[in-house]
Amino acid sequence: MPSPYLTLAFLAVFCFSLATRMQVWFLNWSGNRLQSASILKVLLGDSRRLFANQSFVEADVYFHGGYYPSLFDRPPGHVPAVSTAEIHGGRSPHNDLPNFLIPSDDWIARFGRHFVPSEHIHLDKPSQVGEILPWLWLSAELDPNRVQTYTVASFWLRRMGKVNEAEQFLRQGWRANPDSYAILFELGSLYDENRHDPIRARNLWELALRKWQAQETVKPKPDNFAYEQITAHLARLEEREGNRNLALHYLDLLKKVSPDPAAIQHQINRLQRPK
Amino acid sequence: MINAWAVALVVIKELYRRKDFYVLFILTALITLMLGALNFFNDRQIARYLKEICLLLIWLSALAIAVVTSARQIPAERENRTIFPLLAKPITRAQVVAGKFLGCWLACGLVLAVFYLFFVVISGSREHLWPLANYFQAIWLHWWMLAVVIAMTLLGSVVFSAPSANVTISMLVVIGILLLGRHLHQVALRLTEPGQTILSVLYFALPHLEFFDVRDLIIHDWGLIPWSILGLATLYAAGYTALFLTAAWLVFRRQNLN
Repeated sequence: MPSPYLTLAFLAVFCFSLATRMQVWFLNWSGNRLQSASILKVLLGDSRRLFANQSFVEADVYFHGGYYPSLFDRPPGHVPAVSTAEIHGGRSPHNDLPNFLIPSDDWIARFGRHFVPSEHIHLDKPSQVGEILPWLWLSAELDPNRVQTYTVASFWLRRMGKVNEAEQFLRQGWRANPDSYAILFELGSLYDENRHDPIRARNLWELALRKWQAQETVKPKPDNFAYEQITAHLARLEEREGNRNLALHYLDLLKKVSPDPAAIQHQINRLQRPK
Repeated sequence: MINAWAVALVVIKELYRRKDFYVLFILTALITLMLGALNFFNDRQIARYLKEICLLLIWLSALAIAVVTSARQIPAERENRTIFPLLAKPITRAQVVAGKFLGCWLACGLVLAVFYLFFVVISGSREHLWPLANYFQAIWLHWWMLAVVIAMTLLGSVVFSAPSANVTISMLVVIGILLLGRHLHQVALRLTEPGQTILSVLYFALPHLEFFDVRDLIIHDWGLIPWSILGLATLYAAGYTALFLTAAWLVFRRQNLN
């Protein structure tokens, strides 16, 4: 029987040798979560993406001041209003939620309404809307490839006057999604509307248009709304900068997908008229 | 009443000797303070997420303390055989049940007072708002919800053979009611018979603990609940508490303690 100290020393040397071998392999292993700076990635791995949508919905709950339908009241395919508010210029329509507090014969349901928010409100004032931001930040941490999170957060940050933060967040989103035309479009809007830098805005929108054409033209149902936005903004910018031919070119592109081609034709005619 | 009060005092002393409360409070405070230190887009006014997380931790901690404390009261007395000298005194089994309930409930009240004080300080330092009447309503309703939970767990402690089974079942029931209680009727209406009737009966029979969860009103700075409604909710909780305590006494009074 060898001495227990000798056995212990042998085991210690064996473990140390194995550790020196394993450490190198572990550091180079693609599945090593410790390479990530995000604690959520270390803890949850790729399963964190499952919770990203929940976090986005939570932002919408906060946008409505807690007045929100439960899973049982939400219709299938319900779209969070916080993401559509930007389409309506920051004002979300009041029919953005199903009417889930309908009059009930059930006294328990009626009594229970005294203990939950029961009025449809929106936190769309710049001083209040910041409350939704932690959930959008979390959504981006959970799923960095969820493009909508960056564009929605940027929209509200810009409304709050936090242009630097919006740009930083958009650039973070761009790094994670280098081919996203939506992020490029939003970044271009930031440079155009907030930084008043038409040159950068044009470069970003032109890149967004190229990315859109590369990705969407092959799809059976392309994202025409994004195409309309990009071409309309480019047309407006070129008109403002005095590049009439380029403005006409973008209006031509816009006319092909616009739901109101007559209005676009009217704009084309107006531009073609000699001054 | 004096006998029940004496039993209750022992329960309160037991709670502050145990480590459960201190551990849960420190955990709640640490997690809240760590999350409060996060910087979201350089906006120091953001407070609601912190209120939500702090209140969630308070609810979980209070629930754990209430269920675990009340589940082990009677079984521990039986296991240590201290129930015999206790009942040898001029004290009835009803007074033992009442004393155990009162002790657990008051102890939970003290726990809630400490937790909510922390919450008020954190929330006030962030928002610079002190809606004390709203906080009073929240803590009052929370305390009465715990009364129902404690009474239900005490009933479980004389029905189930082991405290661990009682803790698990009570926790599942309470969390189930809090999450689904409000929607049971909606689900019932979509079912076929006899599932519809069974679920509807369950909906109207079980205590709707979700009434007492007014976290959303506190987090999103809503106004006060009408005081008459608060009174009705208190009566509702008192009714269910009395029901469970009576049931616990009915089982316990004929129970063989050996």
